[in-house]
Amino acid sequence: MNSRRYTAIASVLVAVLWLGFATPLLAQDTAAAPSFDVELTGDYGYHLPPNIAPEGTYPHTVDSLIDILHYFMVVLFVGWGIFFVYCLWKFRQREGHKADAKPIKAKASKYAEIVVAIFEAFLLIGLSIPAWASVRNEFPTEEENPLHLRVVAEQFQWNFHYPGPDGVFGKTSPAFLDLATNILGIDPADPNGKDDITATELHIPVNRKVIADISSKDVIHSFAIGVLRVKQDAIPGMRIPVWFEANRTGNYEISCAQLCGNNHYSMRALMIVEDQGVFDAWYAKAAEGPEEFDEDELDD
Amino acid sequence: MSHDEHHELSFIRKYVFSIDHKVIGIQYGITALCFLFFGFCLMMLMRWQLAYPGQELPVLGKLLGEEFFPGGVMTPDFYNSLGVMHGTIMIFLGVVPLLVGAFGNYVMPLQIGAPDMSFPKLNMASYWIYLCGGCVMLASFFVPGGAANSGWTAYPPLSVTATTGQTWWIIGMVFLITSSLLGSVNFIVTIVQLRAKGLTMFRLPFFVWSQLVTAFLLLLAFPPLEAAGVLQLADRVLGTSFFLPEGLVISGQQLVQGAVPSGGGNPILWQHLFWFLAHPEVYVLILPAMGIVGEIIANNTRKPLWGYRPIVYSSIFLGFMSFIVWAHHMFITGMGTSLSMFFATTTMIISIPSVVILTALVISLYKGSIRFNVPMLFALSFLPMFAIGGLTGLPLGLPASDIHLHDTYYVIGHFHYVVAPGTIFAIFAGVYYWFPKVTGRRMSEGLGKIHFWLSLIGMNGAFMPMFFVGIAGMLRRGYDPAAYAANENLLGMVKMSSWSVWMLGVAQLPFILNFFMSIVAGKKVSANPWEATTLEWSAPSPPPHGNFEAVPVVYRGPYEYSTDDRKDDFFPQHLQAEA
Amino acid sequence: MSASVLPYTVKPHPVTGVYSGKLGTWLFLASEVMLFGAFFSTYVLLRVGAPTEGAAVWPTHEQTHLSWKIGGFNTLVLIISSVTMVLAWAQLKMNNFSKARLYLIVTFVLAGLFLVVKLTMEYYPKFEAGIRPSTNIFFAAYFVLTGLHALHIVGGMVVIGYFIGPGASLWKKDPEYFTNRIECTGLYWHFVDLVWIFLFPVLYLL
Repeated sequence: MNSRRYTAIASVLVAVLWLGFATPLLAQDTAAAPSFDVELTGDYGYHLPPNIAPEGTYPHTVDSLIDILHYFMVVLFVGWGIFFVYCLWKFRQREGHKADAKPIKAKASKYAEIVVAIFEAFLLIGLSIPAWASVRNEFPTEEENPLHLRVVAEQFQWNFHYPGPDGVFGKTSPAFLDLATNILGIDPADPNGKDDITATELHIPVNRKVIADISSKDVIHSFAIGVLRVKQDAIPGMRIPVWFEANRTGNYEISCAQLCGNNHYSMRALMIVEDQGVFDAWYAKAAEGPEEFDEDELDD
Repeated sequence: MSHDEHHELSFIRKYVFSIDHKVIGIQYGITALCFLFFGFCLMMLMRWQLAYPGQELPVLGKLLGEEFFPGGVMTPDFYNSLGVMHGTIMIFLGVVPLLVGAFGNYVMPLQIGAPDMSFPKLNMASYWIYLCGGCVMLASFFVPGGAANSGWTAYPPLSVTATTGQTWWIIGMVFLITSSLLGSVNFIVTIVQLRAKGLTMFRLPFFVWSQLVTAFLLLLAFPPLEAAGVLQLADRVLGTSFFLPEGLVISGQQLVQGAVPSGGGNPILWQHLFWFLAHPEVYVLILPAMGIVGEIIANNTRKPLWGYRPIVYSSIFLGFMSFIVWAHHMFITGMGTSLSMFFATTTMIISIPSVVILTALVISLYKGSIRFNVPMLFALSFLPMFAIGGLTGLPLGLPASDIHLHDTYYVIGHFHYVVAPGTIFAIFAGVYYWFPKVTGRRMSEGLGKIHFWLSLIGMNGAFMPMFFVGIAGMLRRGYDPAAYAANENLLGMVKMSSWSVWMLGVAQLPFILNFFMSIVAGKKVSANPWEATTLEWSAPSPPPHGNFEAVPVVYRGPYEYSTDDRKDDFFPQHLQAEA
Repeated sequence: MSASVLPYTVKPHPVTGVYSGKLGTWLFLASEVMLFGAFFSTYVLLRVGAPTEGAAVWPTHEQTHLSWKIGGFNTLVLIISSVTMVLAWAQLKMNNFSKARLYLIVTFVLAGLFLVVKLTMEYYPKFEAGIRPSTNIFFAAYFVLTGLHALHIVGGMVVIGYFIGPGASLWKKDPEYFTNRIECTGLYWHFVDLVWIFLFPVLYLL
C-alpha cells in the first residue's frame, strides 16, 4: 500500500517538474521567428485581437458574447470543480467509512441545470441572434454611402476589385482571364470596366461602411479580418456579401481561414485603413493605371 | 453454424479468422491501439513544424526522404497530409474501433449474458473490412503526391482537384463505413434479441445502452457519407461535377468542358452530407466513453449510478438530436438568420442532456466510498476534461461568437478536450478495468499511476494553450504560424503545446510496458477482482468459448452496491436473493 | 455447451416476434434508405438549384435521350420479379421446394433481363453517342444513381444464385432456416425494386 502511495507522489513530483520545465519554454524568446514585413497597428497577445469596429456594431457584440461566455464557463467549472474535489476527499475509501446507497434528492443540480438552460437561452436570443441578424441582414443603405467592392479569392492570394470612380463594376468572365494583365477576367469591351481597380491590398477609408461581395475562382477559402471579427467563406459559384466598418487607421492582416491548398498558411493580405482623403488619392491614382499598379503588387 | 466443433479448430480459424466475439474484440483492440499510436506519431511530427517552423527535423527529417522533407524540412503538402491522416486515423481507425469494435464486441455480449454476437461471421467480416480500410489508408502515404491533403473534412473543390491520395482516402473510407454498418446491424440485433432471461432493457448496464444508441447513430448517419464519398469519387474519377460549379479557374487555367467539369454542382452539398455524418460521429465518440466511465464509477464508488433512467433517456435524446445539429459546423458559409437560429437552438438544446449525464456521474460520487485505483483515476479525470470540452463548445455553437472562433485553434482545443483527455482517457480506463477479464491478470497499479499522471499533465499542457492562441485568433491548419505578424507573441505557447505532446508520447511508454508485461507476468486474479455486479464478471476470466458455464439468469438491476441486508457490499445481477 | 448455441437464429424471439436475421435485414434496409435518401436529396438539391443560364442548365427531356418505354419495360420486369420472389417463399412455406426453386430461377432470369436491357438498350447507345457521366450534371446523376442500383441488382442476383445452387443444400438440413433466408433475400429484393420505382419517375418522367 505504501509503495503505491510513493509511486503516486513520485508521479505528481515528475508532473510538477515537467511544468517547471515547460514554463521557461513558454517565456522563451521568439527570436527564432522570422522577421515580419509589416508593422501591425494595435496590441496582439493571449487575448482577443484589437477590435477596430465602432462601438455598438456587431463585432463588439461578438466580443462581449465571448467574454460573458467565458466568465460563465469559469463560474460553472469552478463551482462544479469544488463539489467534485469535495466528493473525492470526503467520500474516499477509508477505515470506518461505508457507501450509502440510499437515493439522493439532488434538487440543487436540477435548479443549476434549469439556470444553465435559461442562461443559454438568454445568450442565444439576447446576444447571438441579434448580432447574427446584423451580420446577415442589416446592410448599410445607399444613403449611408457605403464603399462597394468585390473580394475574389484564388490559390493563394486575395484580389480586391473596386468599381472605380464611375461606381459600376465591369462585366467579368473566366474567358477574359489573364494571370499577368487581367487577373479578374474583366471584359475589355465593357466601358464600365475601364476604370475598375484590381488590387492585392485592401484599402478602405476610416469611418465609412464597406460592403464586400466575397467569391472564389477555384476552391473554398475563407475571408477573415481578425480585427473586425469578419469571417466569411469564399465559395466558388457564389457571391456572398459582408459588411464592416473600421474606426481606427492603420495596417491590419487579412487571412484565409479555410484550408485551400499547400500555401494556405501564407494566404494573407494587408488591410490598410486610411483617412478619406488619403484613400481618395489612392483610389484616383489606382483607377488611372491599373496595369502599372498590378505590377507593383505582384512583387509583393 | 457448427458451434460445437470449436475445440478442434486450427490455429488460424481460432485466432486469425475467428468468429468468436472475444477474439474479434481483441483483434480490434490491438489493431486500433496500434493505429491510435501511429496517428499520435503523425501529430508529434506536425508539432515539430509548429514549434520550430522551417527548421530541420532532427534525425527523422533525413530518414523520411527528400520528397516530403527536402533538406530535412517538412513541406506544406506533407504537413497537410499529416493533418488529414492524423484526424482520419485517430477517429475512424483508432477511437471508434476501440470503443465499439473492441470494448463493444468484447464486453457487450458478456454484459447481456449472450453466448456470442447474433451474426458471428458478419462480425468477423467487419473486422477484416476495417483492416482493409486501414491498410488502404496507410498505403496512401506511398502513392505519388502522398496521402490525402485536403483536410479530414475533404471539402471540394479542393479535394476533387487534389492528388491521388484523396482517391485512396475515399476508398479507405468506403471500407471503414461498410465495416461500421455491418457492425452496427450486429450490435443492435444482439442487444435486442440475445439478452439473458430477466435482463430487461432497464436492467441493462449503461454501457450496453450507450452501445445501442451508438449503433443506431452509425447505422443511420454513415450511409449519407458513403453516398457523398461515391459522389466525390465520381467527381475525381469519372469527371462529373456534383460538387463543382461552372467556371472554375484553377491555377489560372479555366477548366474547360471535356477536360473537367460541366459545372452545375454545389460545393456546399458535400459539407451538408459530410456533417450529417460527422456530427452524430461526435456522439459515437463520446457515448460509449460515457458508458465505460459510468460502469467504472458505479463500481468504484460502491454505490448505484445516480439517475440511471435520466442518463438513459438523455443518451437516447442525444442520439436523436445529433441528427439535427450538423449545420452548426457551417455557420460561416453564409448561412441566413433563420437557418442559423434553428441550428443554434438545437445546438443549445443538445447541450442539456450532456449536462444531465455529466451531473449524474458527478452526483454518483456523493456519499460513495471512492476507491482510487487506476481505472477510477482515468474515469474520474474524464469528468473535468469532458466538462472543459463541453463548455468550450458553447461559444462555437452560438453563431455570433463562432464568427471569431471558427477555424481557430479554439476549435481544435474544444474537440480535443472532448475526444483526447475525454474519450481516450475513458478508453484507458476501460483497458485497465477489463484487462483482468480478458487475461485473468491485473495490470500494475504503480506503472498505471505514472501513466495516468503524466498523461493528465501532457494532455492539458497540449490542449489548454490552444484556447489561448485560439482566442487570440491563430488559425488552424496553418503550416507555419509565424507567417502572420499577429501570431508573433503566441509562439511561446505553441512551443509549450508541442513539448507537452512529446512528453505525452513518452508518457505512453509505461502503459505499453505495463500492457505487455502484465499479459505474461501480471498478478493473477479471480473472475471478479473489482467485486462488480454486472454479468461479465460472473464468467470465468478469460471466458471460454460460449462465455458462461451455465446460461445466466438476471434477477436485478445493474448496480446493486451497498444494499443494506448483505454481508458483501455488492449484489451481482445473476445471484438469486436468499429466501 | 448449451450456452454456446445462439438462440433465435431460426425461431422468432418471443418478445420481438422476429428471428435475428429478419431484424438484421430490416436494419440493413434502414441504412440503405439513408444511403439512397442521400442520393435522392442530392439529385433534388442539384436540380432545384440548377442555374437558369450558362453551360450548366438542367437538360430538357429531349436532351436526356431517355426513353420512358424502355424504363417502363424494366419497371415491369422488376415488379414481376418481386412477385415471383414472394411466390418462391410461399412455395417454401408450403414445403414445395422444387416449385420454389423454379420461381427463384425465374426471379434470377428476370433480374438478368433487367440488366441486359439496361446495358444494351440504355447504357451502350449513350456511350455510342458520346454521352458520358461527365457530359452534364444530369447524366452524372443518371449514371451514378442507376449504376449503383444496378450494383444492388447484381448483389441480389449473387444471393439468389447462391440459393438456387450451392445454398440449396440447407433445405435438406434445416428447411425453416432456408425459408427464413429466402424471406430475408425477398425483403432485400423488394427494396431494390422499390428504389427503381422511385428512380424511374424521377429520372425518366419528371
